[in-house]
Amino acid sequence: MLADPPRIRSRAPKLALRGAVLAYLALVLVLPVGAVVWRTFAAGVAPVWHAITTPDALHALYLTILVAAIAVPLNTLFGLACAVVLVRHRFPGRRLLDAVVDLPFAVSPAVIGLALILVYGDRGWFGGWLAAHGVQVIFSLPGMVLATVFVSLPYVVREVTPVLREVGEEQEEAARTLGTSPLGAFVRVTLPSIRWGLAYGVTLTTARALGEFGAVAIVSGRLVGQTETLTLFVENRFEGFDQAGAYGGALVLAALALLVLLGMTRLRRGRGMPSVAPRKENR
Amino acid sequence: MSIETKDVTKRFGAFTALDDVSVEVPSGSLVALLGPSGSGKSTLLRVIAGLERPDAGAVLLDGVEVTSVPTQRREVGFVFQHYAAFKHMTVRENVAFGLKLRRLPRREVRRRVDELLELVQLGGLADRYPAQLSGGQRQRMVLARALAVEPKVLLLDEPFGALDARVRAELRAWLRRLHDEMHVTSVFVTHDQEEAMELADRIVLMNRGRVEQVGDPRDLYERPANDFVMGFVGPVTSFGDLLLRPHDVEVRLEPAARTTEAMIERLVHLGFEVRAELVLPDGQRLLAQLSREEAGELDLERGQIVYVRPEPERIFAKAQ
Repeated sequence: MLADPPRIRSRAPKLALRGAVLAYLALVLVLPVGAVVWRTFAAGVAPVWHAITTPDALHALYLTILVAAIAVPLNTLFGLACAVVLVRHRFPGRRLLDAVVDLPFAVSPAVIGLALILVYGDRGWFGGWLAAHGVQVIFSLPGMVLATVFVSLPYVVREVTPVLREVGEEQEEAARTLGTSPLGAFVRVTLPSIRWGLAYGVTLTTARALGEFGAVAIVSGRLVGQTETLTLFVENRFEGFDQAGAYGGALVLAALALLVLLGMTRLRRGRGMPSVAPRKENR
Repeated sequence: MSIETKDVTKRFGAFTALDDVSVEVPSGSLVALLGPSGSGKSTLLRVIAGLERPDAGAVLLDGVEVTSVPTQRREVGFVFQHYAAFKHMTVRENVAFGLKLRRLPRREVRRRVDELLELVQLGGLADRYPAQLSGGQRQRMVLARALAVEPKVLLLDEPFGALDARVRAELRAWLRRLHDEMHVTSVFVTHDQEEAMELADRIVLMNRGRVEQVGDPRDLYERPANDFVMGFVGPVTSFGDLLLRPHDVEVRLEPAARTTEAMIERLVHLGFEVRAELVLPDGQRLLAQLSREEAGELDLERGQIVYVRPEPERIFAKAQ
């Protein structure tokens, strides 16, 4: 192990930096979230419980989870495939693809919602044809999934690409010489090596999918009890001066996001193997 | 099992990595693919393993064409320069990888892995991760991993390239012993002529995607097919129109038949050998290599005038 460097400088700048970071976090993150919790239970637990167990609220929760449950696996698979293409393939237009993947970061969700209506709405490019075949995209589940997929698309790609590049292809080649198919080699050797990047990407995707508001607000039509997700429910109740409903819903959303984060942290600690750092017997 | 490549050509874009390469590796031999970087030696090894597909030509293992057989069914062991260790697996899991794919019973896998780890002297390190091993240990681990599946041929791509000089020499001797015990047909890639000469029964010397010469180490050193081979497998110096080894330059104090006058510009004492850098009257420089005894008898000094000539039987004509 490396010895500590000799202490010459005073600790004051270190403390100031640490203080500034903590104060910033407290002001912009902890305080508002804490306020939501405090405000939610201002009138006791009963009204909140009542507000978040109404059929409309439960349906909104169900719909939020359903949309995420479809959008996240889709974006995980697509994100993996896209990262493989970006890292390992060389073709004209690769850089364009690389740039296009970031589009959802750059474009406002409201624009995404309007764009989806242009394409899939009743008078859109495919909307009429789809409606004629009994598929309604806008103002129903497919449109909301599409909007969510769109806004949460880059996370897996962006988290997986650098780790995939770092892992390289040699381990897979070695696995192939030992008798496994190219796909088998990817699953057995590369996937475990990039699992943290992938897990982080999936976590971000999930968090984004649960919290999506703008694009879904436009394509869903916000039909209470039908196409209202939890974020839309919160805003709707807030507008209607239903504080218990609004803050209760917000709390459920926050709890969901927290569960996802905790889930990943647990996953990470659960499997006690070093990803890079050697363990203590190496000293 | 023998290996043969027939007229193999491989291009990467505009670059021709292999240009009509035909090589035969007899069963049970240890062959070196030697050449400078970019000569195509690694590409040839990867073509044999099926990791690259040739644009033209054929690969035969034991006389059977395998050109379109995928890597996983060629039964070749491959050792990569940068180890390609499975980083998320322990040493034991790395070595067991190929055995588990073959669905062997667990006890059998355990027994074979223990045996192999003893063979590569990693017995006590089975539960470590690759990151906790030294370079030499890692290379021995991946060698055990490749040998575990009892490959018909063993292919090694610059196996010692990433190791320091001392570990390198140790591993070389160890690999030679291993080959003598197991007799598995082996091909290794190297750019180090000394390594090739020390280890290999036969050397395939490559340059710019072509085979320059195939032969045993002595052949290449003493009967090089051309200037490139001569220059690659040992030191050379120009003497007029001649290209010859510095130790084939005879240095005398008195003139004799065919000798040329030369001045000693610099003397370098390297333990057993002494190198003399000479200048001929026409300004051309010449390198002579003498044993310590020879140099002692002649009592050479810097600035001294001597008479040099090529040892007659060791000449390699430049014009040839």
